[in-house]
Amino acid sequence: MTAETDTPTASSAAPAARAGRRLPAAMVAWFQAAPLALVLGAFLVLPIIMIVIVSFWGATEYSIYPAFQFDNYEFLFSSPVTYKVFFNTFKYALITWAATLLIGFTVAYFLAFHVRSLTWQIALFLLCTIPFWTSNIIRMISWIPFLGRNGIANSTLISWGVIDEPLEWLLFSDFSVILAFVHLYTLFMVVPIFNTMMRIDRSLIEASYDAGATGWQTLWHVIVPLTKPGIMIGTIFVITLVMGDFITVRFMSGSQSANVGRLISNDIGLLQYPSAAATAVVLLVTVLLVIGILLRFVDIRKEL
Amino acid sequence: MERRPRSFYILAAFFALFILFLYGPTITIAILSFQGPQGGLTFPMQGTSLHWFRDLFQEQAVGDIWGSFRRSFVLGLMVMVTTVVVSVSGGLAFRKRFAGSAVLFYLIITSLVIPSILVSLGVGLIFSQAGLKVHWASSGFGSQLTWTLPFGLLIMFAVFNRFDKSFEEAARDQGATAWQTIRHVVLPIIAPSLIGVALFGFTLSYDEFARTLLTAGSYNTLPLEIFGMTTNVTTPVIFALGTLTTAFSLIVIGAFLLTVWLMGRRRARQGSDAGKGMV
Repeated sequence: MTAETDTPTASSAAPAARAGRRLPAAMVAWFQAAPLALVLGAFLVLPIIMIVIVSFWGATEYSIYPAFQFDNYEFLFSSPVTYKVFFNTFKYALITWAATLLIGFTVAYFLAFHVRSLTWQIALFLLCTIPFWTSNIIRMISWIPFLGRNGIANSTLISWGVIDEPLEWLLFSDFSVILAFVHLYTLFMVVPIFNTMMRIDRSLIEASYDAGATGWQTLWHVIVPLTKPGIMIGTIFVITLVMGDFITVRFMSGSQSANVGRLISNDIGLLQYPSAAATAVVLLVTVLLVIGILLRFVDIRKEL
Repeated sequence: MERRPRSFYILAAFFALFILFLYGPTITIAILSFQGPQGGLTFPMQGTSLHWFRDLFQEQAVGDIWGSFRRSFVLGLMVMVTTVVVSVSGGLAFRKRFAGSAVLFYLIITSLVIPSILVSLGVGLIFSQAGLKVHWASSGFGSQLTWTLPFGLLIMFAVFNRFDKSFEEAARDQGATAWQTIRHVVLPIIAPSLIGVALFGFTLSYDEFARTLLTAGSYNTLPLEIFGMTTNVTTPVIFALGTLTTAFSLIVIGAFLLTVWLMGRRRARQGSDAGKGMV
């Protein structure tokens, strides 16, 4: 837009009056950004402020009242449950991250470097992304017939003679929680990694082979370093989705495990909003700290 | 064509397993939803029937499925249109330098990474403290936008980063106004990406759960209704519902992808529309 004010002579045929009516570029930009700013202001910034305020409020059994007290935070930090639940949250995040990274990288690598025609690349890529546009809850429910006590996994293992009795830890356990996370979120690794890989200059890989590198050496010393931005973006997605989750953990653990999100949703269920808000503030700070650290390794705006 | 290395076959097998992992469970419940009337939530099938689908159409059996579907559909359309308009407008804004753009950019990222339950809780608190009733079309609508807009904007950023500015310069040199340039040059070029944004807007809203949980009010959207069912329904009727709503999602996705493909083909066939006139 700056170009048009710099070169008025280029459109000398245009009436001068019209040029005079043109708004400064910054004004136009503000108008264009206003709807976005309005939505995010009303439904993101205000809610966060509200949560921070309410986290200092007090609560009775059935109502909440304005106050300025640190009781909620004191209780939160003095309870051993808090530390256990935060530990659990990090545990889920780390294991899920490792699994999604391994699977996501391999899938993206196959798509980007082993599938040769662009049409096939797009088709197979879409095949990976379609589940993302369907319901997460249905995708969780759909593990029941697979992992249940009399589910497919158990009956298959029994018929093969691997086990004599059904495994109890398949469904409603940490295992099923992480399995569901991997199932739901691997896509968030595949997409950014694939995107970065597609932009790697193929001549660099040829150069690596010409210089005598093996396939593994090329992978480790050329492709992985060049894919790092994609890996970082995928990491941000997966870590934040897992850390903020409450529904997968509740459903897939059969309410037997807890993470921070569940702690918040339990408090909400008991109408203890101030306590939920305090936990939410701590969770938000934790997530933002993690993101802050990860963003040091990648410039998101450059990678789009 | 040169021979494929052995690693290709290993990776192809891995990829096939991954696809099986992605789709297997959904296919399983699709099969089980045709379970006979005596059948349970797992194999073996006790005969096949449409019993559980019929159950869905008897409203009293499982709550207000159709009402919630209607609400989710309307909400999905509202979110879709708003997401496209706001994303395009925001995307255009970010091509210029303006005060506060960095802050706005980080707000978009925050909107994406913030735990969904915070949006739900915060919006719910604001409405209750302001004495307003939460409703899916007001508070629910706004909360879902905080989830769909970041995706829309990230797509727009990606599109405009690759946009060839000489098209606009050419239009301007021909005497087009700023609005004419956007309307007749920019929008047609980015149209396929807008279909993509619309796809994200609709499907993410249609399936959204966490941000709608405390903001939908007394009338549930479909995902909320389904979640309610998971706690008290222990028959394959829930699989039938899952199968139907997944089928619906797949039809919607298919329609969007088909549109993009047809647009691409038409464009390839016609090539440039130079000299054909625009009015």
